Amino acid sequence: MKNICLYFQIHQPYSLKRYRFFDIGQDHYYYDDFQVEDKIRMLAEKSYLPSNATIAEIIRNSNGHFRCAYSISGTALEQLEQYAPEVIDSFKELAKTGAVEFLAEPYAHSLASVYNTDEFVRQVQMHAEKIESLFGKKPTALRNAELIYSDEIGEAVYKMGYKTMLIDEARHILGWKSPNYIYAHPYIPKLKLLVRNLKFSDDISFRFSNKTWSEFPLTADKFVNWLESLPEDEKIINIWMGYEAFGVFQQQETGIFNFMKAFPFHAMEHQMKFVLPSEATKQLDAAGTLSVTHPISWSGEAKDLSCWTGNDLQQEALNKLYAVTERVSMVTDKPLLRDWLLLQSTEHFRYMSHTDSFGSYYESPYEAFINYMNVLADFLERVDAQYPTSIENEELNALLKTINNQEKEIEKLEAEVKKLRARKSKANDAHA
Amino acid sequence: MFGWEFPPHILGGLGTASYGLTKGMSQQPDMEITFVIPKPHGDEDQSFLKIIGACFVPVVWKDNDWNYVNQRIGWIMHPDEYYWLRNGIKYDFRRIGTDDLGCINFSGRYPDNLIEEISNYEAVASVLAHQLDFDIIHSHDWLTYPAGVFAKEISGKPLVVHVHATDFDRSRGQVNPTVYAIEKRGMDVADHIITVSNLTRQIVIEKYHQNPNKVTTVHNAVEPLANVETFTKTPRKDKVVTFLGRITMQKGPEYFVEAAHRVLQKTKNVRFVMAGSGDMMNAMINLAAQRNIADRFHFTGFLKGRQVYEMLAESDVYIMPSVSEPFGISPLEAMQVGTPTIISKQSGCAEILTHAIKTDYWDIDAMADAIYSIVKNPAMYKSLRELGREEVNNIKWYDAGLKVRKIYDQVIANRK
Repeated sequence: MKNICLYFQIHQPYSLKRYRFFDIGQDHYYYDDFQVEDKIRMLAEKSYLPSNATIAEIIRNSNGHFRCAYSISGTALEQLEQYAPEVIDSFKELAKTGAVEFLAEPYAHSLASVYNTDEFVRQVQMHAEKIESLFGKKPTALRNAELIYSDEIGEAVYKMGYKTMLIDEARHILGWKSPNYIYAHPYIPKLKLLVRNLKFSDDISFRFSNKTWSEFPLTADKFVNWLESLPEDEKIINIWMGYEAFGVFQQQETGIFNFMKAFPFHAMEHQMKFVLPSEATKQLDAAGTLSVTHPISWSGEAKDLSCWTGNDLQQEALNKLYAVTERVSMVTDKPLLRDWLLLQSTEHFRYMSHTDSFGSYYESPYEAFINYMNVLADFLERVDAQYPTSIENEELNALLKTINNQEKEIEKLEAEVKKLRARKSKANDAHA
Repeated sequence: MFGWEFPPHILGGLGTASYGLTKGMSQQPDMEITFVIPKPHGDEDQSFLKIIGACFVPVVWKDNDWNYVNQRIGWIMHPDEYYWLRNGIKYDFRRIGTDDLGCINFSGRYPDNLIEEISNYEAVASVLAHQLDFDIIHSHDWLTYPAGVFAKEISGKPLVVHVHATDFDRSRGQVNPTVYAIEKRGMDVADHIITVSNLTRQIVIEKYHQNPNKVTTVHNAVEPLANVETFTKTPRKDKVVTFLGRITMQKGPEYFVEAAHRVLQKTKNVRFVMAGSGDMMNAMINLAAQRNIADRFHFTGFLKGRQVYEMLAESDVYIMPSVSEPFGISPLEAMQVGTPTIISKQSGCAEILTHAIKTDYWDIDAMADAIYSIVKNPAMYKSLRELGREEVNNIKWYDAGLKVRKIYDQVIANRK
């Protein structure tokens, strides 16, 4: 029997407004609210709302046998809460059915897993808390931003208590191995890895309406036959994609929603089962281990990090940003902390790529860099104003500790004074 | 081909482009080029083409002794060639003032009687059209269009005109009707029009009312720079931002001054250099003084030859805020010596450059921002320097030559 594991991703970064260098030190608001709102409303109306309605209908009609997972970044959740709260409501409805799972991920859809593990851990915790507060359940499976993964990241993830992680089908890692099995971390066997099936995922999200594709048109019937014709012992097929595949990449007119409705029932007719990522790793055993020494992602052919970290511009921006991680971790100023997160979204760096600046609203990678660095300069000045760079991190930590301890010390002493006073008055009473 | 300038004696970009293109085309084995210019100096590189000086072509029949001719022009042209060309005189050009050999005296520059010189050039073209054996006529820029047109009328061979600039670029829209008429006629008669950028192509189609099918863009390229490694950058405390070119309305010098003013409000360790001369130079000196940045704003006067590359190589940023630039070769030269470049979107070269910053010529905020970013961020400087150099080294005249060849093949085929 085959298991189909579906997961849909939603992420939207906060786009930056045009920020000139003379704004540094003058203007501390960095975002293009109009663009953000416009984009998220468009996506909500064309994709998220109709897709959620469709999924809800399928769950109802299948008596809960249809199941699927979502991964929604913290920045996307914030945008939805602000500009399209009805999408959040519809996700809450889906959560109530018990047939969907929400995955954990770094809050800001950031590269923190590669640049700073502490920050990565912090963001995952933040995201997990957000998911729990919205949908009532703590996530148990994790997918990293851009499906970035390495043995080291896996280790950090396991330490946080997650036993399921999602990674992409990278040919140079899998070699002859099929993505349609469950794998394990090389030295932490309890961490199970699910591998995306690239072909079947892209068939739906990119090729579905492509008329030059030899398999056009793709029907649910045909698709299920493909899944069925896989070797008997390949038990799990992971079909993962951006949620925008429904209604945006594949417009409504292409019939994508009808495909989505028909596909689960065809699959179930053929005795296939839908599973959630966390269930899959519990129900099925790992077929082997996968060792990933250099981080992989789901981008491009190479499946590496080059579209975010490949050139000098990107590296300079990232290094400058993550150089202040330790300092920012001491910050308690809320607006500053929020900017810290929002400036970490992977897209800011992708727009600086010379080869693959997918989705960029800048005219060139250089312009993206100029704008980002201006914003970053202002941000760093604000960090510096709170914790001057003239003081070493350790010294600063010690000072902060003293300040915090002083409070505790005072509390302790006050409590003691109170106690003594009480005793004294008791003694006085006794005398009297 | 009819041209007006040819290195090493050049006054503008036209000569450089003519040289590059013909050199690139000469790499095609079955290509033979005769290049006519008004006045050669004898030190032109003729290894890949034949140069004919219009000032040595007789247009009025004079009887002269072989030895006399040899003594007069033997240093640049064989007397037998002179006599042979003389047989091509079919019209009476005695109204034109000629010397004892029956040749016209050309300045080869851009004198006040330019229009007269252009029509004299036409006379020379008639002689050559009768005498030379060729398959196609190629005219570079409006000065040579009348010559090309006449040659076409005589020989019946197809004419290609090459638009390196239009009067709309030179005048910010205030066109000279005489020039416009010459340009328009050349384009009307031409079998095909080559423009140096899509920007120019658009002007040719819209302002000169040409059929778009007849107009093709062939972007200019750049000759590899010899001993590029000898141009070095001296380490210095202040960053140098340079504008280099004629200081005229077309080049947008005032936007450079304004951008400099913006940058200097925020940071101090930058110096601005305006290299070149032109009719707006004094106005720019005044403007820099008014903006109170004269202590950080420097004028070098006219630079030539090696000085140009030295200036470019010493700069941290090269900026070309041209209001209208058909192509603009100098950013490519700056990139050859590894200098990050900012160009206006109204420049033709913006169409083929990726590793240069492009802004609108009027957008001084964007320009200032780009300057600031390059001088402040080493990664920005390094990327533009290295990737820019790599990019420009791959823009080859050979490829441009192939495109021109394709156009030739096409017009010749259409003729048959």
